[in-house]
Amino acid sequence: MAAPRLARREFHKLVGGGIVVLFGASALPMAQAQGRRPYPSDFHAYLSIGDNGRVTVYSGKIEMGQGVMTSLAQMAAEELGVDLASIDMVLGDTDTCPWDMGTFGSMTTRMFGPALRAAAARAREVVKSLAAARLEVPGDRLRLEHGVVSVIGEPGQRVSFAELSKSVRIAEAVDQAAVLRAAADFSVMGRSPSRLDGAEKVTGAAKYAADIRLPGMLYARILRPPVHGAALNKADTTAAKALPGVVVIERDDLIAVLHAEPDSAAAALALVQADWRLPDMTLGPDTVFEHILAHAGDQKQIAVKGDLGSAPVARTFETTFQKGYVAHAPMEPHAALADVRHGGATVWASTQTPFPTRDSVAKALGFDPKTVRIITPFLGGGFGGKSASGQAVEAARLSQICGKPVQVERTRSEEFFYDTFDPASVVTVSSALDRDGRISRWDYAVFAAGERGANPFYDIPNLRIRSAGGTSYGGAPAVAGLHPFAVGPWRGPGANMNVFATESQIDIMAAAAGVDPVAFRLKHITDPRMRRVLQAVSAAFGWRPSVGASGSGQGVACSSDAGSCVATMAEVKVDLATGKVTVLRIVCAQDMGVVVNPNGARMQIEGGLTMGLGYTLTEELRFNGGDILDRNFDTYHLPRFSGAPRIEAILVKNDDLEPQGCGEPAITTTGAVIANAVFDATGVRMLRLPMTPERILAALPTSAQRK
Amino acid sequence: MKSTVQFSLNGGPVSLTADDGRMLLWVLRTDLALTGTKYGCGEGICGACAVVINGQAHRSCRLPLKDVAGAEVLTIEGLAKDGRLHPLQQAFIDHGAFQCGYCTSGMLLDAYALLLSDPRPSRAKIVAGMEHNLCRCGAHQRIVDAIEQVSTQTGAET
Repeated sequence: MAAPRLARREFHKLVGGGIVVLFGASALPMAQAQGRRPYPSDFHAYLSIGDNGRVTVYSGKIEMGQGVMTSLAQMAAEELGVDLASIDMVLGDTDTCPWDMGTFGSMTTRMFGPALRAAAARAREVVKSLAAARLEVPGDRLRLEHGVVSVIGEPGQRVSFAELSKSVRIAEAVDQAAVLRAAADFSVMGRSPSRLDGAEKVTGAAKYAADIRLPGMLYARILRPPVHGAALNKADTTAAKALPGVVVIERDDLIAVLHAEPDSAAAALALVQADWRLPDMTLGPDTVFEHILAHAGDQKQIAVKGDLGSAPVARTFETTFQKGYVAHAPMEPHAALADVRHGGATVWASTQTPFPTRDSVAKALGFDPKTVRIITPFLGGGFGGKSASGQAVEAARLSQICGKPVQVERTRSEEFFYDTFDPASVVTVSSALDRDGRISRWDYAVFAAGERGANPFYDIPNLRIRSAGGTSYGGAPAVAGLHPFAVGPWRGPGANMNVFATESQIDIMAAAAGVDPVAFRLKHITDPRMRRVLQAVSAAFGWRPSVGASGSGQGVACSSDAGSCVATMAEVKVDLATGKVTVLRIVCAQDMGVVVNPNGARMQIEGGLTMGLGYTLTEELRFNGGDILDRNFDTYHLPRFSGAPRIEAILVKNDDLEPQGCGEPAITTTGAVIANAVFDATGVRMLRLPMTPERILAALPTSAQRK
Repeated sequence: MKSTVQFSLNGGPVSLTADDGRMLLWVLRTDLALTGTKYGCGEGICGACAVVINGQAHRSCRLPLKDVAGAEVLTIEGLAKDGRLHPLQQAFIDHGAFQCGYCTSGMLLDAYALLLSDPRPSRAKIVAGMEHNLCRCGAHQRIVDAIEQVSTQTGAET
């Protein structure tokens, strides 16, 4: 491991002394697995053991509610042989944490987890060899527990991690081949300790980006266009400038009003007179689907099997599914505090991507990225929306210009306006059953959502999957003009739409084949993990096999996502007079391999399903071209307490498989499971999300027709 | 209008000279550096900024400073007493009644005020009482569970 010595010395200064586990070029396989670019060759630590015996874990991942602060600490504690309480977590600090692409795609546990566990296992060996020398016994006679190394059979012969760390400074490359503890031996992993962020979060002590205070800081409010695509003719800031304490910054593309009080900055901004040229605005929530079909561009082939043309066909099914734009709407709007002075920049940012944000801040300032530090406090929710962090660049530019620390905290209206929405999308499916009631053909095209979740896990001999105008990770497509405003990854990007379409189509065919939806699925699923979760959820839910709409309001949907298998069942009631859907209960079974923290996993499943009820029943952005009409929670309706059903999450044990993704898989089933339950309750097949009362009412037969 | 406003904050006296038309949320977060009270929507819709004033929950983003003159104001920073968590805070931890934690301050203070007015509400009353607090992470059933547990605890102080 060829370490640039200076870098290493500087690094030690940052993290202090003790035993430090660094990674170098040997960690490249993991970088490749994570995608896009290799790790840089400068040195960062996964963890260090201080001379007080405390272990500090460094991760470029961030905590936005998903609980990785606790689950990563559990992994390190497990492999290292220390108590969870001895672990301190440093997350999302670009100066001290290993480079990371960002926190999204349910990848923290399955991608960063193995590297962290390997680092901790490696550190355990370092500690062991130090203890062996100190106690003058061979390493294989030593036991590591609770941060103490003792000789097996001679408990009096012992030395603590703290004592060992006092006089050493060791740098070790992480060896990917480090031996990890088996699930059967876990004492910290596989349990559900209290969250490490619990006490802070219930006392108001937890700091989010907008909570950071620096002496002399100013709060900025930025002049925003009324609609996307508007161009500024002129702005008059005279009245704002006349207010005491106001600093006005005017650049071509950035006009801001700053004040030592955020509300006074807002009051000053209201005095800025701006004249805008508005673009044509014609596209709306009902016309956007045709627009997407016309402008999504070339279809990319995602998967192909057999021959669609020669498939045996007894009955065919042609369906088109639609879903509107959905906002991330985290409770914490994007915020950042930037201190750009003395030739460097430090930015506290609410971001899911601290390292890419560092690079964009550096670029905007004309700085070397080495002089820019992003520190990520707690995030008040992200859901993919904080992968984009323009507010950090704005704060940094303003701080550079005025020479003082500057905070930018988006208003709720700005948060909606500048959201990178989950794109509106369309799916067309043409499928067929053969004479034996088996799926013989599946021709599937997704427009604008991207292909995640588009390739079915069902055993279908002839299929074709195509995608246009989307990306695999939910990022904005390179198709100009496809959307009138920004779109981007939204929890389970693409998969929410693809699972809705696929699992609805499966139900349509099951009903036509005269087979119970669960039996129909089992007939076409060979993956033992998927079969197991489907059987587990059927038993726990109490599925009553039936053919066609039974009237009882039960629904099922399955999804294979982020390495996990998930099967969900729901029971709904539909008010035939109003079209309102009430979700009575949801049961969800998931196989995510080894479960690091069972309660944390359940919270992700429950949270995802509850959040998913939004895009399923109430959430759809209203817009007129680039004019975002929903700007707050009075008209954009998130799930509330009265709509939150009892949810039971079942973790299907599979300790033979490394931990898999958990933050997203469950939510991807929500649209489908509710749509299928609505069909079972009413006999009406809803093809567009969200299933608002108006749409359901319009789809229901009138009472005269029912008679 | 700039004036001196006096009130009790988390049990201690506060005297503040400021424009008394400013919203309490910003005064708390900026002038008093109590950042546990959160900005969420600015229009009193989401509940992230809830505080308790004379025993009743209010949205601090819509409450002018002058309206709390002489009042007893409780923020999330004042809920734990002498280093001991309030039973609601402990129940939120025990039930995992938060994820990102951003709505938690408001949830706790609205729940606190709810139990002050009705120490043993039915589950339906808890749901109705919390209906105007938004949580995006989907911790709803755990929040209701936590409040329900405290409400049924005998001898729970509120």
